Amino acid sequence: MIEVLIFATLNGLVTGLLLFMLASGLTLIFSMMGVLNFAHASFYMLGAYFAYSISLYLGFWGGLLFAPLIVGVLGALIERYGLRKVHDSGHVAELVFTFGLAFLIEEAVQFFWGPDTKNYQTPDLLDFPLFTLFGQEFSAYRGFMITISVGIFVALYYVLTRSRIGIIIQAAITHPNTVANLGHNVPLIFMLVFGVGTALAGVAGVIAGPVLTTFPGMALVLGSIVFVIVVIGGLGSLAGAFIASLLIGLLQSYAIASDVGMADLLNLLGLEFARDHPLDDLWTLTLPQIAPLLPYLLLVLVLIFRPSGLMGKREQ
Amino acid sequence: MTVLSLRNVHKNFGETSIIRGVDLDIHEGEKHAIIGPNGAGKSTLFHLISGRYHVSSGTILYKDEEIQNKTPYEINRLGLARSFQVTNIFPRLNVFENIRCALLWSHGYAYSFWQLLGRQQALNDNAMEVLQQIGLENRANYPAGELAYAQQRALELGIAVASGADLIMLDEPVAGMSHSEAEKAVQLIRKITQGKTLIMVEHDMNIVFDVADKISVLVYGEIIASDSPENIRGNARVQEAYLGEVVSGA
Amino acid sequence: MKTLVKKISPWIGYLLLLLLLPQFFDSVLAVSIFNQMAIAIVFALSYNMLLGQGGMLSFGHAVYFGLGGFLAVHALILIEFETLTFSIIYIPLVGGLFGLLAALFIGSFSTRKAGTVFAMISLGVGELIAASSLIFVSFFGGEAGVSGDRTYGPPFFGVEFFQNIEIYYLAAAWVFIATLFMYLFTQTPAGRMANAVRDNPERAEFIGYSARWVRFISFAAAGFFAGVAGGLFALNYEFITEENLNAVTSGRVLLMAYIGGLGYFIGPIIGAVVLTLMNSLLSNYTELWMLYLGILFVLTVMFLPRGFAGFIMMHQLAWTRGKLKSLALPYVKTGVPATVFLAICVALIELSHVEGEALHYLGLELSQDSGLTWALLLIAATAAFIATRKTLPQLRNAWIEANHMEDSSGEADP
Repeated sequence: MIEVLIFATLNGLVTGLLLFMLASGLTLIFSMMGVLNFAHASFYMLGAYFAYSISLYLGFWGGLLFAPLIVGVLGALIERYGLRKVHDSGHVAELVFTFGLAFLIEEAVQFFWGPDTKNYQTPDLLDFPLFTLFGQEFSAYRGFMITISVGIFVALYYVLTRSRIGIIIQAAITHPNTVANLGHNVPLIFMLVFGVGTALAGVAGVIAGPVLTTFPGMALVLGSIVFVIVVIGGLGSLAGAFIASLLIGLLQSYAIASDVGMADLLNLLGLEFARDHPLDDLWTLTLPQIAPLLPYLLLVLVLIFRPSGLMGKREQ
Repeated sequence: MTVLSLRNVHKNFGETSIIRGVDLDIHEGEKHAIIGPNGAGKSTLFHLISGRYHVSSGTILYKDEEIQNKTPYEINRLGLARSFQVTNIFPRLNVFENIRCALLWSHGYAYSFWQLLGRQQALNDNAMEVLQQIGLENRANYPAGELAYAQQRALELGIAVASGADLIMLDEPVAGMSHSEAEKAVQLIRKITQGKTLIMVEHDMNIVFDVADKISVLVYGEIIASDSPENIRGNARVQEAYLGEVVSGA
Repeated sequence: MKTLVKKISPWIGYLLLLLLLPQFFDSVLAVSIFNQMAIAIVFALSYNMLLGQGGMLSFGHAVYFGLGGFLAVHALILIEFETLTFSIIYIPLVGGLFGLLAALFIGSFSTRKAGTVFAMISLGVGELIAASSLIFVSFFGGEAGVSGDRTYGPPFFGVEFFQNIEIYYLAAAWVFIATLFMYLFTQTPAGRMANAVRDNPERAEFIGYSARWVRFISFAAAGFFAGVAGGLFALNYEFITEENLNAVTSGRVLLMAYIGGLGYFIGPIIGAVVLTLMNSLLSNYTELWMLYLGILFVLTVMFLPRGFAGFIMMHQLAWTRGKLKSLALPYVKTGVPATVFLAICVALIELSHVEGEALHYLGLELSQDSGLTWALLLIAATAAFIATRKTLPQLRNAWIEANHMEDSSGEADP
């Protein structure tokens, strides 16, 4: 029992931190530009694919270095020549644009890399068990994922709160006009933030690709979950996104690891139902079955009862 | 008869008190101006009466009914209509539709999805009348968002008065207008508020003394005087707190 | 009288078009495409009630389409087993009522706010129901879905609906009725207030309307018509799966409505027709049609923010002034090289995708291995691109000229 709990926690932590890498970029972009970037997970997918192609020539570490750079530059270019143009047509148009972009990137990935799963592997260097607990191995690569994620979180926090550019970014979030009047190039900052945000998604893609498999549907799998996280955490709140990422990661991990079902609940209540009842599906429901549902259930509940999210500022 | 009365109304935003115990009575048919320096809380007071904000404490009575906890639409249905300081129209609807929408509730259509607007003769005639009153009859088919500023202000007024509300609240109706535009707007205000009760926030003292028959002075969230225009002009406290420079300068 | 004729004539034209279409194109493929169009038109129009007219961006509209469709298939099954007996012409109504029921329930909490909150709730509810549909197998049939048979109902004036063409006429009747009612809705107080709330929910509250109620009514109506479309889908295909209520279907209807043009009643109809055609015809010619669709979508959002319908309506002013002719030549001058450029781009994309063999394209045979072919295509593409860029300013000037406001055109201020 305890081993299940420990491994579920560790796996939840890995997923949660990975989700945060995506959510942090999305949150940064949202707080600056007011755009929920639907294509964010697509940049994550691009990260994995670029890293795969690069790793064929330069190995895993070359991919880790260059793929996020390429993704970031691509993101910045899309901001400059696409999103900025759509900005004049309003928020709905921007949202729809990123939605179309997600669609386009998925098709483009299939065009360039084909529809099949890529054999993108963890590096040999990290291919050993970090430790063994109750006879179960915890791979070094997962440890590496945790390290990278935490490292990025710390770096991001440091840049945003301590550096000059971070302070300008924070000011531009709340008072873009004032910052522009002070002589800063706000459009350039926007482009930069979009580039950095997408590059972060790229990093997540590079390190998640080997574990979660690199295939054209990988953006779709994570895309709406990341959305859920930034909304639950409170739009624009980095701390909220962090908490929500871990929450969702752990929640899903525990739900999958547990083997509790409706039947157990009914037994506990001393109730019994015939097997051929029309609602049989409901009585035989198990927690691992509804694990994929939980984030969305949480999302809807949060939006109904606290529309500003966990850490969002309360609405007037 | 008192139409609207505020009793010890307070409004805080977090730690900051904006309205600090306002008592105010508005009588039927009165043209009541509220003046005061910037940041005195005039717009907040309007928002409290019209239901956009809820009071922190105190009561607001409209025709003897407590309205301080009601929503804007409930208050509007009781016969209280308002305009906004920043133009607040339906930009993608045309001018005629803007006015017609403002008339719908008072004509009793509610949320009807079984009546066709084109066939409602009385409603459409009424909308045209309002358009003529505000001088926009030849702009009826223009998208409201594309009108000139002064015309948008006229439409803003039109939306507020269209429903035939008994109490009309205008928040800086001539703000941002040129002198001649403002003069025209004042004539319009007189015309369309005839026989109704009017509460108005305005910075231009010439207009205030021209239109109002009663003036209240709001300073730092408190009403320091509420009297006829002549007495306000002569009130030492008002002079000191606010009017002094303006009147001597005028 | 004259205005009445003017009002009714487009509808008569629409009805005639719906009835006569199979007379001109009567192949099996054509009728099957028309049936798909019929479903898409009702679905896209219902989506526009939300986004175009009510300002509610939904990422989960397929829920009402799919739920309506599932109940419709179950109704077919009940008819088959003689638990119920009624003509299948009413099946879309069954779908509609279930869509309405679902929308009444979900709308009761999701329409409180518009904007991002609404969009996110629609996304969450959509994912939730799509995921649940795989769990509750007895109603949704799991991955395989559920299927029925439309031919068991009592015949309708002797028609037993064995053939697709019979379903087409039934669908055409439903499309006409649904379009008419959705149009009439826009002309009612609730429909007009939906526009007002879309533009400015705050002001709507100060003229006596609860923005939430106004949104709720539009939402429910949109759910009903989405369900009708789902019912038509059930009749046409006789089966339905989880895919018909998931995010992909929700995305597709957004795409249709947006490409067609949200601000115009006819926009979603154009979008539904164009996308259905692309879907069924283009997919015969190329595997990459989804890629082209993505490109088309992104380009539309960037350059035609008001969709195809908006693009057509842009010419209204020039047309009323009789200046449309002056635009024709500049359009040709820019349009020809632009079309050539796009055609070569498509050739390049296709050429890089063919495996081994030669590509047959517009009567040409292009070989992937020939460096010369690639070079020529690239040069031609560059030339066409430059020609387009060169002529673009002329078009822009002609456009400004044609639309130039002669000040005081009878509208001078008094």
